[in-house]
Amino acid sequence: MTDYQPFEHEQDDTGVDWNSPEMQARLHRRNIGDRFFRFVGFFAVTASAFFLVFLLGNIAQKGASGFLQTSIEIDVAFDADILPDPTNLEKDAFAAAVAQVNMQYLIRQALTNRFPEVTGRRDTTRLTRLLSSGARAQLRDIVIKNPELIGTTHRVSLLASDEIDQVVKGNTDVSVDEANRKLTDMELGWLQSLESEGRVTKDLHTRFLTSGDSREPELVGVWGAVAGSGLTLLVTLLTAFPIGVFAAIYLEEFAPKNRFTDIVEININNLAAVPSIVFGLLGLAVFLGLMGMARSAPLVGGLTLALLTLPTIIISARSAIAAVPPSIRDAARGLGASPMQVAFHHVVPLAMPGIMTGTIIGMARALGESAPLLMIGMVAFIVDVPASINDPATVLPVQIFIWADSPERAFIEKTSAAIMVLLFFLITMNGLAIWLRQKFERNW
Amino acid sequence: MRRFNIAVCFASAIFFGANGGSVSAEDNIRVVGSSTVFPFATAAAEEFGNTSVFRTPIVEATGTGGGLKLFCAGIGKNFPDVVNASRRIKKVEMDACQNNGVTEVVEVKIGFDGIVLASAKGAPAMQLSLRNLYLALAARVPAPSTEGGVGNLIDNPYRRWNEIDPTLPDLEISVLGPPPTSGTRDAFNQIVIEGGCRSFAGMQALETADLYRFIALCRAVREDGVYVEAGENDNLIVQKLVGNDRALGIFGYSFLSQNADILQAYPISADGNLFLEPTFDAIADGSYPISRSLFLYAKKAHVGVVPGIQEYIREFISERAAGEFGYLLDRGLIPLSDRERTRSLYSVNSLEHLELN
Repeated sequence: MTDYQPFEHEQDDTGVDWNSPEMQARLHRRNIGDRFFRFVGFFAVTASAFFLVFLLGNIAQKGASGFLQTSIEIDVAFDADILPDPTNLEKDAFAAAVAQVNMQYLIRQALTNRFPEVTGRRDTTRLTRLLSSGARAQLRDIVIKNPELIGTTHRVSLLASDEIDQVVKGNTDVSVDEANRKLTDMELGWLQSLESEGRVTKDLHTRFLTSGDSREPELVGVWGAVAGSGLTLLVTLLTAFPIGVFAAIYLEEFAPKNRFTDIVEININNLAAVPSIVFGLLGLAVFLGLMGMARSAPLVGGLTLALLTLPTIIISARSAIAAVPPSIRDAARGLGASPMQVAFHHVVPLAMPGIMTGTIIGMARALGESAPLLMIGMVAFIVDVPASINDPATVLPVQIFIWADSPERAFIEKTSAAIMVLLFFLITMNGLAIWLRQKFERNW
Repeated sequence: MRRFNIAVCFASAIFFGANGGSVSAEDNIRVVGSSTVFPFATAAAEEFGNTSVFRTPIVEATGTGGGLKLFCAGIGKNFPDVVNASRRIKKVEMDACQNNGVTEVVEVKIGFDGIVLASAKGAPAMQLSLRNLYLALAARVPAPSTEGGVGNLIDNPYRRWNEIDPTLPDLEISVLGPPPTSGTRDAFNQIVIEGGCRSFAGMQALETADLYRFIALCRAVREDGVYVEAGENDNLIVQKLVGNDRALGIFGYSFLSQNADILQAYPISADGNLFLEPTFDAIADGSYPISRSLFLYAKKAHVGVVPGIQEYIREFISERAAGEFGYLLDRGLIPLSDRERTRSLYSVNSLEHLELN
């Protein structure tokens, strides 16, 4: 990395004196050009690294708190008069009976016991809204799991509402005038009183990684979207990989070189550059319109994304196959292998690392796509986690888009947290591609 | 290599096996339509899924126009059962429905929405009449000291609010709002720009003389950079406002109510005398000028085929959802009066179908 310096008194047989002032000046100019280029290159790398760190830092800083959730501990009296008696009921019948119980009543009782000064319908409603609307279901599950609690008073930890959660996390400014915020001074007073007793806790929110979508920020989870993405990519992989690889093998090893294959080749390269929304329209017309498949299903999404990734896979597979040295083919043919044996016994196994790398990169692109799915109904509010490729589902980028569009403040951190989950999968996939390349790639 | 072949065969078998199998029983209700109604429709859907024996409906935000197009495309499990709309269904859309066999459509009014103009806290306060908003944002406006009419229109020359009205602050006009594909923009153009336009006598005369010309002239928003199309995402507009204390934003009331700590809304007046802030009550009783009704439409032919449609709509307009302390009100829905809610309930229960004239 140092400047070029001629040897002292260097003289070659051209008779040029490299140490003459004229030559020194030229050398100096060249060195300046060299240093300038190095500086520009270094600057470009630093700037892009800065942008990347800034972006990731911003997402991580906003999203980290999305993995935590505030809970409030309250003393619930599991009233034996209201709750069913578990002793003479089957397990399922007991669960069904518990599901019928108005859990909101138990929660309201527990809260008004803690704050006896609260009266009136409006204030009591406010008081119960300290807790999430999902607290009812939480309490129901607790009772079903622990029937022995019935008849006792027990301290349980229930999810706080998103507004309380944002105050506890410091994302909502509570110093502004009371009229200008969603929570009144009274509600903040309750929160403070609970906090002073150590009843407000902030825990790791496993629900975020295990449940489906919700309209309540404190109840949302990415699992529905992760499962949807997984099923969609499975369909994409199972369609695009065999078709892509066979197309590449045929074009590279067997196809005659004529005008037809030239046109096919040009079109494959063109397809790789077509905007993804166009594939969405194609999917809408063919899979939904013509073939009458179910809307919002990973099957249709996967097929549409397969169209999108096919060109990427074909192009990378072809270049991987072309990179296998002709000597391998010659040797195999010399030993009497048929053209198919040459291709499948020798060329494809050697090209596999390159094909896999291209496929994974294509899959990573498909994982990040949302535009084509808009047309086929996968941009939707879907609560149930999909279990098969025909269930309605959504995917991670779409989930991020839907949350980013929601008015509640608490969705900002959930959006960033979901982006972190998506980035995790993308980095894992790209890392896998690099690892495969390093492990199996051969140099000739 | 045999292993590779087997793997491929296996993979194809799984794929084509799955493909060949019948499409699984489709018993989710499918809802499409307005992105304004989306937060309410999803909240009602989730509550409905949690508290009833039916599955949680699937809600797509396609926009009102796109939703009605899907809804009217036909009868059957590949077509949505319910469509949300931030405006009433149009005659042409109804005709499209009829042509595709969707002959009986039930209309249910679900509430109101206010469109607010707001800026970050700390921006200069002002009161805006529809007339001044029209002068600030229309593409062509009546020349100063004329009453409009086709001959008197000039390209919008105003760059600062005090050029329009000396009582307004000396501040550059800069407005962030939704693009033309949005229902909010439709309503804004129709109520604000057209409403302000109508306050000029010359334009009013044009309305009676040549309605199409009037609409063309009175709904066009300027495209010289003063009105910035900031995308369908209202949250984005809110975030852009916070970074820029000189701009106004246009968005739905629910985004104001969620962000009341960082935003201030401008009082609006229809006639230039009575200025009203976009409060819950002012929108509910219709006195706030920029408000609109929200509807949903259901296919009568699907009721009884797809389970739970009537029950879902009943949940949507129930007391605990859209009543005085309902959970939809937390999300910014402006509820119907009791009388109107009773009317809507009647529509759902009787499945009385809509006739547009």
